[in-house]
Amino acid sequence: MDLRFTPEETAFRDEVRLFMKEKLPATIRTKLIEGHRLGKDDLVTWQRILNARGWAVPHWPKEWGGTGWSAVQMYLFRDEMQQAPAPEPLPFGTNMLGPVLIAFGNEAQKKRFLPRIANLDDWWCQGFSEPGAGSDLASLKTSAKRANGHYIVNGQKTWTTLAQFADWIFCLVRTDSAAKKQEGISFLLIDMKSPGITVRPIQTIDGGHEVNEVFFDDVKVPAENLVGEENKGWNYAKFLLGNERTGIARVGASKARIRRLKELAALEQAGGKPLIADERFRAKIAAAEVELKALEMTELRVVAARARSNKPDPASSILKIKGSEIQQLITELLLEVVGPYALPDQTPHNESDRWNEPPVGPEWAGPLAPQYFNYRKTTIYGGSNEIQKNIICKAILGL
Amino acid sequence: MDFALNDEQRLLQHSVERLFADRYPFDARKRYTQEPGGWSREVWRQYAELGLLGLPFAEQHGGIGGGAVETMIVMEQIGRALALEPYLATVVLAGGLLQLGGDKKLQAEILPKIAGGALTVGFAHTERQARYDLAEVVATARRDGAGFVLDGAKSLVLQGDSAKKFIVSARLSGQHNDQVGLGLFVVDAGAAGVTIRGYGTVDGQRAAEIQLSGVRVEAGAAIGEPGNAYPLIERVADQAMAALCAEAVGAMAAMQETTVDYMKTRKQFGLTIGSFQALQHRAAEMVVALEQARSMAMLATMMAATDDARERRQAISAAKVQIGRSGRSIGQAAIQIHGGIGMTMEAKVGHYFKRVTMIDTMFGDADYHLGLIAAGGGLISAA
Repeated sequence: MDLRFTPEETAFRDEVRLFMKEKLPATIRTKLIEGHRLGKDDLVTWQRILNARGWAVPHWPKEWGGTGWSAVQMYLFRDEMQQAPAPEPLPFGTNMLGPVLIAFGNEAQKKRFLPRIANLDDWWCQGFSEPGAGSDLASLKTSAKRANGHYIVNGQKTWTTLAQFADWIFCLVRTDSAAKKQEGISFLLIDMKSPGITVRPIQTIDGGHEVNEVFFDDVKVPAENLVGEENKGWNYAKFLLGNERTGIARVGASKARIRRLKELAALEQAGGKPLIADERFRAKIAAAEVELKALEMTELRVVAARARSNKPDPASSILKIKGSEIQQLITELLLEVVGPYALPDQTPHNESDRWNEPPVGPEWAGPLAPQYFNYRKTTIYGGSNEIQKNIICKAILGL
Repeated sequence: MDFALNDEQRLLQHSVERLFADRYPFDARKRYTQEPGGWSREVWRQYAELGLLGLPFAEQHGGIGGGAVETMIVMEQIGRALALEPYLATVVLAGGLLQLGGDKKLQAEILPKIAGGALTVGFAHTERQARYDLAEVVATARRDGAGFVLDGAKSLVLQGDSAKKFIVSARLSGQHNDQVGLGLFVVDAGAAGVTIRGYGTVDGQRAAEIQLSGVRVEAGAAIGEPGNAYPLIERVADQAMAALCAEAVGAMAAMQETTVDYMKTRKQFGLTIGSFQALQHRAAEMVVALEQARSMAMLATMMAATDDARERRQAISAAKVQIGRSGRSIGQAAIQIHGGIGMTMEAKVGHYFKRVTMIDTMFGDADYHLGLIAAGGGLISAA
């Protein structure tokens, strides 16, 4: 047992840290520190900076732009990127679709889509959830009927994150309604400009617009856009969801948020002294730090185990549960920091409605309540925490 | 970065596992509690045969030069077995103080006897008013010719009624809680002026209150330089906390496994209770709490030997917080899921619960250590 990184790993960390320091645009970094939402341009800009350095899709095979890094290097890269704090690459192409195409797509699909994912030339969104298919994803109903070299798609997807910017959507669709529910599903790539697609925004409780409903009304999709075999889509989806959980602990991002929390708690006054001097508040921060330290160690254990064998680890459910709980806890504390100045609604409610007036109260207060509301999503998405507990019971405990 | 044991360490783990599998079924443990001092001399001899009692000591003192990882391995199995023997008191605490602070003569005199199993030693440090402050000592050491005279009262000396020697902390100078002014002295349990009152603790182990009235010791009985013992006390307390974290993880893992086994066999409404989602989710939460605790016990182990006192103390405190919290939630869930049977003395699960509850109160509970972390500015430096 040894906690230390090798000299090579430490040098690698330094290299990544320096890159973040030199290349991350200050405007993007400031937005993340202050808790403002990023725009499409921010994500595209950052992705292309990463791609220019060859770091856009480090976990992919080398022939498609991967770096061949070890599990420890991958961990260090992600940790440094989150701590910078820099945006994490849009996951839908790089973490979800990319690995599915690499594993199950044909050569034409790989050549057509993978380089454009790495450079964020194509903005992908994920068409999995439906109004009646959330945690019980396999009960999805959106149908695709094959006719004359095309599929005709009808139905509705929901919770489609950032679909308002998307060029493409990868969808789970039902191609055999007679089969058992997991066995009649296919994995289809659909151009968002296709006639018959309607995107309708869903406003979330924080006032933001991250998620959408996507409607399909006799949408014609070329058969060549089928990934793998027809009716085998559930296998590809399970593969994808397994990948989705890697990196979900978000320890580096939470460290950056705790730094922000301490910074603001030193600025805010309570009873004639900085809030950070209040013993009770300090103890609450310390409690979050202990939880986070334990999570960091647990993630390192998972990383070290992965370096030995490449199997997916049910322990990633633990990372999801604790990682999301800690992220939520930190947003709670950030909300508490500004006290009554969490109250004024200072968020732009749509993209054109920029808040140009001087802030009410401290200039840092505006985003904190919306972020607290927004982060309730973390225990719901990526397989809700209750689903993760079911996975632990089944895969670890044999219950 | 590596969390795996090496081959030798796995071998050690295997032999300790076997020792307790053979010698520590639950009914045997019940018998051992009735033996003098509340633990088994016979099993202690086997600890010695396996080399466990000299584990951290140098070869010249009958040891094998192990480090914190080896201690962790033994303590985790002690936790699983609910073993009663004075390993923490004698090997980790007293042995640690002598090994890190004792002069050659004291080491040569005492460590081989500990390693051979002939001698158990208690650490008489805590006092009634001290709560968890390691510097809070009002027992006095007065210079008397070449030696010292000790006066005072010590509390909660682990397995103190069976120890043949004590290492006693006492103040040579300064205020009641000054870090400067403390000394450590080896005292025979039978020395004139030593009174020992032994009693059982709620976890089935034993401790003692020790009264010292004009106890005379020679100059050679001092560990390290009298007056400057605090850093040594702190350092060995850190090692003991790392060891306790490992013991607690062993106990928590056993509780978690026992509970899941019970869920797979106990039937109600015609079904095993493990099929009920309300209980499944509690079991999953036990796994999360256990793994977080295990991670922090590993951190404590790997940081226990770090020379940077601030870094070391922060890590150990963080581990103690996590262990305290995980121990409480796992223990309470284990009893709840067992239902009525978990409330009985006959079921082992309750004894684990009591042991982890007591571990939380040793060397500072979760709240105390959280306060230390907060007062030190926290684990993450500000931007």
